[in-house]
Amino acid sequence: MSALLELSAVTVAYGGIPAVEDVTLSVAAGTIVSVVGPNGAGKSTLLGAVMGALPARGTLRFDGRDLAGMGVEARVQAGLSLVPEQRELFATMSVADNLLLGGFRHRREGRAALAREMEKVFTLFPRLAERRDQEAGTLSGGERQMLAMGRALMARPALLMLDEPSLGLAPLVVRDILRAIRELRSTGVAILLVEQNARAALKISDYGYVIETGRITLQGPSRDLAADRRVAELYLGLARQTGERQEEDGNRQ
Amino acid sequence: MDFSIALILVQDGIVNGAIYALLALSLVLVFTVTRVVFIPQGEFVAYGALTYAGLQAGQVPGSVGLLCVLGAAAFLASLWAERHQLGAGRVARLAAGTLLLPAAIAGLAWLVVPHHPGVVVSALLALLIVTPVAPYLYRVAFRPIAHASVLVLLIVAVGVHLALTGLGLVFFGPEGSRADGFTDAIFDFGTVSVAGQSLWVVGLAAALMAGLSLFFGRTLTGKALRATAVNRVGARLVGIGIERSGEIAFILAGAVGALSGVLIVSLTTIYYDTGFLIGLKGFTAAIVGGLASYPVAALAAIGVGVLESFASFWASAFKEVIVFTAIIPVLLWFSLRHHGVEDEE
Ligand SMILES: Nc1ncnc2c1ncn2[C@@H]1O[C@H](COP(=O)(O)OP(=O)(O)OP(=O)(O)O)[C@@H](O)[C@H]1O
Ligand SMILES: [Mg+2]
Repeated sequence: MSALLELSAVTVAYGGIPAVEDVTLSVAAGTIVSVVGPNGAGKSTLLGAVMGALPARGTLRFDGRDLAGMGVEARVQAGLSLVPEQRELFATMSVADNLLLGGFRHRREGRAALAREMEKVFTLFPRLAERRDQEAGTLSGGERQMLAMGRALMARPALLMLDEPSLGLAPLVVRDILRAIRELRSTGVAILLVEQNARAALKISDYGYVIETGRITLQGPSRDLAADRRVAELYLGLARQTGERQEEDGNRQ
Repeated sequence: MDFSIALILVQDGIVNGAIYALLALSLVLVFTVTRVVFIPQGEFVAYGALTYAGLQAGQVPGSVGLLCVLGAAAFLASLWAERHQLGAGRVARLAAGTLLLPAAIAGLAWLVVPHHPGVVVSALLALLIVTPVAPYLYRVAFRPIAHASVLVLLIVAVGVHLALTGLGLVFFGPEGSRADGFTDAIFDFGTVSVAGQSLWVVGLAAALMAGLSLFFGRTLTGKALRATAVNRVGARLVGIGIERSGEIAFILAGAVGALSGVLIVSLTTIYYDTGFLIGLKGFTAAIVGGLASYPVAALAAIGVGVLESFASFWASAFKEVIVFTAIIPVLLWFSLRHHGVEDEE
């Protein structure tokens, strides 16, 4: 059986300098796949290329179709949805309008169908229901992330791509978001999850990839990866760096 | 100056202001959705006015030819732009919108003109002839460089303005035109009398604004246009074709311009190059609204209209100077206020 999303030997470059190199990766229908790696590893670049926002070399196949030559709009129509790192909400429009526009792909089904879909999003994120008339730009960081996910879900995608959904959020909110991601999987949506928070990502995903300076360096079932010494080292290294920085700050005082 | 003269001036100002308000709204719309400062907006006013006048005089105006030629150019430009993802259905739809539609409109004009159409038929036909020119221009001139900087888009807009003015001279000649309004009625209210046509102008402008506000506030297409204006990346991510949004914005701009022309040509004489100044006053109002706010722009437009009519009474030789000078304090105020914000941060 072929996977929902299949990338093979994908390279993405900015002005000749590759940010993603020779990446081969696949996401099976109904599974959560995580891509973890440090800052600047090329995670966002990879998602941008899948979404069609960045030109890529190599083959990208989605749902049996070659994505080459398809623009962002066509890929949304095909069932891909991305929640980007910057969220890109419609800041001066209401929460409800943001969600409604998320369902733009299904506009021909009528308002009633979109309203039903919106209720599903409100069940998943009750915090949004309370704020349906509030301007998106005035939401808190956590609410913004929920709205961004809700908006992407309104398109009823076959594959939802999340770029660092836990970025800058308090642990409690992160827990809410992770719970929502798990709930989503049970509805049959496949999820490609990009995270720096490797521990959390590997905990909820089925399969994981580690990406460093544009290349996949490790992959495997998430449980094995989480136990892998090299993954631990990668993040221990991270922990040590932040530890050092704190020490420096301490010395300065 | 006594009270009754002041009333007449205010009335004149409101009528012109209503037109400037429509143009200001359309400039704001086009700018926020496509980042194009639509300098040729005024040419649509002149084309609408002169096409309408021509139809009433029993001629098929030259703008019909422009419509057909631009339609064909838009067809080719679209084929080129979409060459990687063209299906037979798409080509057929393109051909219908850019080749068949102008041909049908031209045919209609040929059929109708010898029968001396009335004002309503002429007005509708003028709208049909002039409106599609705007989306065709978008496809030919602006869509291929949609990602260019605002400055580049502005320079292209100036180029399009110059070309349309020149073509206007060819199509309509150097003489000015006036045409019949929708009504000759004059209403007397004690000391002031109000021309029925003025009521038409203000009424239609108000209705159109109300319609637009419903369109943007209620319909999904209207919201998609606003979304494109607010966040282009976000719009693309939810599958809103930002090129489609741009095209719709241009259709609205073309229609608003042409309608303004049809309305105004019974009140003043319009020449092939009059549109620019009219558009510029709409632009002044749009600038006061920061090229972003519809209500502020509309109010400012009424202000511009009233200022203009008082200026023409007191110092008619300087009326344009006075109107355009009025924008300077506004710009100063803006720049001071913006500095204030930066300082706070
Ligand atoms: N528009 C751009 N032009 C040039 N280089 C870029 C551009 N965007 C990203 N890069 C570079 O590409 C590399 C990968 O960036 P990317 O944003 O994909 O990393 P990331 O893994 O998402 O990092 P983070 O975890 O910090 O979000 C980085 O070295 C970055 O500097
Ligand atoms: Mg990133």
